Amino acid sequence: MYESLLRFPTDLAGQMDRLQRELERALGVSGVPSSIRANSANAFPSINVAATADTVEVYAMAPGIDPATLDVSIDKGLLSISGTRRGALPENGDKLTVYARERFRGPFKRVVSLPEDADPERVSASYRDGVLHIRVHKRESAKPRRIAVS
Amino acid sequence: MNDSSKQVHPQEVRQSEPALTPAVDVIETPEGITLWLDMPGVPKESLQVRVDNDALNIEGSANFAAPPGLEQIYVEQRLTRYRRSFTLSRELDAGRVEASFKDGVLCVKLPRAEAARPRRVEVRMG
Repeated sequence: MYESLLRFPTDLAGQMDRLQRELERALGVSGVPSSIRANSANAFPSINVAATADTVEVYAMAPGIDPATLDVSIDKGLLSISGTRRGALPENGDKLTVYARERFRGPFKRVVSLPEDADPERVSASYRDGVLHIRVHKRESAKPRRIAVS
Repeated sequence: MNDSSKQVHPQEVRQSEPALTPAVDVIETPEGITLWLDMPGVPKESLQVRVDNDALNIEGSANFAAPPGLEQIYVEQRLTRYRRSFTLSRELDAGRVEASFKDGVLCVKLPRAEAARPRRVEVRMG
């Protein structure tokens, strides 16, 4: 009801939320297992990994990147994603004032260890709305199987 | 305009939902202010850019196309909603806000009102 009174110019509440989330993420107390290869809380891109019975799904939040410049490779069960993100800001300009520069820029590399049953031969990758989606199929032998009882 | 007043209530409900604060770059040139926000995974349909009086409200929900039966193994970004607000100043022309969205990056251009653009004042000999 008094939303306008509570909305600070700098969105203080939102910033506090973000700080808390980043702390949780850094300390690994959010109840979700964290990775040994997540080197810092604001690693770019953020990565989610999920699994279905047939596949391992990796989502990398990498907005604003030309997918052709992304390098995705799998070596010894490690999936690595690397590339370079160029900043949107014009490089120079006398009449330019920069007020915020929070977005990541520069080269990046993230490495994720895949589950043992992932098959490096059957991988597909797509890029949509700034999310790189990598689907790694599981080995046939590793799929859960139902055994008929005769 | 009537519609926006009716939406006040659901909007307040939404405000209480946890949301990520998207990272932003903001620059100002003589033409106006430009901002870029990272909102990966948001389809264009669910992106909302609204100017309410003196505030620019940006909101969107990501949908990571997930097959059914998904089991989370490792999660760095748990929230799928993004929200960020900016307070505008009156020399910006709220009526001519332009927004474009590509590859998860939202670019918003807020032009300066014509009257507020810097101009050279001629000094006449009296």
